[in-house]
Amino acid sequence: MMADPTDAASETQEGNVSRSALADRETNPGSEARGGTPDSQTLLSLRGISKHFGPVTALDGVDLDVPSGRVTALIGDNGAGKSTLIKVIAGIHEADHGEIFWSGERVQIRTPHEATLLGVATVYQDLALCDNLDIVANMFLGLETISHGMLDETPMELKARETLTSLSVTSVRSIRQPVGSLSGGQRQSVAVARAVMGDAKLVIMDEPTAALGVSQTAMVLDLIQRLAAGGIAVIVISHNLNDVFAVADRVAILHLGRLVSSGPASDYDRQSAVEIMTTGALSGRENGAREAAARA
Amino acid sequence: MTTTDNPHLGEVVAPPEIEEETAADQAPLDRDLMALPPDASVNEYITAWFKRVRSGQSGVLPVVGGLIVIIIVFQIERSQFLSALNLVNLLQQSAAFIVLGMAEIFVLLLGEIDLSLGYSGAVGAAVMTILAYPPINLPWEFAILAGLATTATIGFAQGQIISRLRLPPFVVTLAGLLFWEGFLIWVINNQSPSNGGSIRINNTVIYDIVNGNMSVTAGWIVLAVALVLFGVVSVTRDRRRRAGGLVAPPLALTLAKVAFVAVGGIALVAICGINRAVFTGTTVRGIPWVVPIVIAIVVMWTVLLNRTRFGRYIYAIGGNREAARRAGINVHRVRVLAYTLAGLTAAAAIIILDSRTGGANTDTDGGQIVLYGVAAAVIGGTSLLGGRGKMIDALLGGLVIATIYNGMGLLSLSADFQYMITALVLLAAVIVDAVSRRGQSSA
Ligand SMILES: Nc1ncnc2c1ncn2[C@@H]1O[C@H](COP(=O)(O)OP(=O)(O)OP(=O)(O)O)[C@@H](O)[C@H]1O
Ligand SMILES: [Mg+2]
Repeated sequence: MMADPTDAASETQEGNVSRSALADRETNPGSEARGGTPDSQTLLSLRGISKHFGPVTALDGVDLDVPSGRVTALIGDNGAGKSTLIKVIAGIHEADHGEIFWSGERVQIRTPHEATLLGVATVYQDLALCDNLDIVANMFLGLETISHGMLDETPMELKARETLTSLSVTSVRSIRQPVGSLSGGQRQSVAVARAVMGDAKLVIMDEPTAALGVSQTAMVLDLIQRLAAGGIAVIVISHNLNDVFAVADRVAILHLGRLVSSGPASDYDRQSAVEIMTTGALSGRENGAREAAARA
Repeated sequence: MTTTDNPHLGEVVAPPEIEEETAADQAPLDRDLMALPPDASVNEYITAWFKRVRSGQSGVLPVVGGLIVIIIVFQIERSQFLSALNLVNLLQQSAAFIVLGMAEIFVLLLGEIDLSLGYSGAVGAAVMTILAYPPINLPWEFAILAGLATTATIGFAQGQIISRLRLPPFVVTLAGLLFWEGFLIWVINNQSPSNGGSIRINNTVIYDIVNGNMSVTAGWIVLAVALVLFGVVSVTRDRRRRAGGLVAPPLALTLAKVAFVAVGGIALVAICGINRAVFTGTTVRGIPWVVPIVIAIVVMWTVLLNRTRFGRYIYAIGGNREAARRAGINVHRVRVLAYTLAGLTAAAAIIILDSRTGGANTDTDGGQIVLYGVAAAVIGGTSLLGGRGKMIDALLGGLVIATIYNGMGLLSLSADFQYMITALVLLAAVIVDAVSRRGQSSA
């Protein structure tokens, strides 16, 4: 990671932590404003994750710790590698280099199935729904309830309805209608419902509110916080910094495939976040000084 | 498709109180009814159904309507068209198209195609014929199993090549078409060099698949058992849904559905019960064995597609392969299994075809019949783009093709007209499909 341990202004203790033993993680809350309570344990740790697509370096030595019970916002410009990073975690892409630790243990995530078994649930930026299948079938795809070798629709339909109701998804005509007939926001709600329905330990949401209306967005943001309050680790990707600062406990900023900055959300404001997102660093000493001062 | 081109992005949502969903009675693809309140009456269901038909969302109705028109035209032209003899003949003709259509549906649902099924099926049928023929004289059960296994293995191998090497199914199965045509000619000529490219079916059971009939009494008994089973399954399924707190169609509607099927079944058995002997003094009556066999295959594969994980995954992959992969589905395994089952079913189709003609032939036109199989599926309403279709589509489409084929024969129209008319029907079916799809997406 790029952090110089002595440069506390533009980098946070994330860099330090990545050098220390993973087991020490929770004993090192540092100056985390919101993320420092004792119950915040690191669920997922990435170390030196790199991913190339032919000549393109999408990820370059990314180190990231994701604590349980906290919302980690992953931000960065278009093409920074955010979606690629979460696809590595979700088993869609296998990293070229690097290690993944789950509750401190080294794991391999080679397929989406392995990620699901670990307890990762993901809302993809492109939603990844089957338009020809109905809402229930999409929500339970790969997780079907089986009895006597046959699909058991009743519990699936009840659970789907319950989850959608809890998300206040009310505008769908029937949960047996094909997803292809839904509006963009409804589709997004289905994707979110699918991810939060199970008992995942880590919920990843790539642009979960991009297509949502005002009230539905508020609902999803509230849900994100409720998930975290329930002890689940949440990673949210969003271009909407209002949303980010509304829910995030921690912020991680990607720039051209490198994780250039991460730390408690309170260490950042919109201006500094935008600057790091676009340039990869904070420019002026004043900025750094102001940020350090703000934290002290 | 994606969220970005959707016009409802900024939609404000209604207050938190979810609307009751309707009783789509089974798996996601059997959505015969639109959203209705849980206490909807039979009348409301019927109105909703008509609305659906009018908006072009009912795939089955245009085909059935078309079939009725074709039948009326032929009946006006040739009064013997609706005779018991000809109707049974028509059922026998349609069987191979229907079963091959079902074979093709396994891969069409994936958005893929298998052009080799005609010849790979013919190879399986030839293996069966050879094994049942002297000097081997294998019992018919084993000969048939070996034939089915042969083509299933061919499907498995081609599926592996397509999926592992990521090759286009069209090209791989086109190569398969040529290869298995060559192999068919080789194996028949090699086995029976002096017979002019054919091997007679030497086993009465295999010959009787199409040419033999159940006794009329047996026909009624089988029908009664099947109807009772169907009724019990339909009613208990609704009851279980209601018990689980879900909505199910009113009992009267379910019973009406069962009654409708019963009328069809009774008509079928009654017509087949009429003596259709060509020579006076003899009697030929009863349902040809192939009819219950085809219906059993339809039911079996429908259950597989609608009620099992594998079936669900076929639809998922056809709808969005990447989404299926991300949901943790082993896409490779499902695709290979689909090609394998397509092979198995294709062998059954050509076994039926050979049973009808009485032998395995080098001049079996596997290239043409496989396209009839695809046409049957598409005429019935299965989409070539994947993700949409049912096994029953092959039944309807196969009947349409056989009806044209049969009626043209009665009118003494030659093959040239048969081809052209079949082509027009296929084109009409695709147009109906495209138009109804457009209506759906703009709805
Ligand atoms: N499957 C792929 N094949 C080739 N290149 C890819 C692939 N996926 C991503 N990339 C490249 O990797 C880089 C990072 O892409 P990624 O989708 O992760 O960006 P992002 O941060 O999610 O951007 P956005 O905010 O636009 O969603 C880009 O340069 C992109 O072109
Ligand atoms: Mg992205």
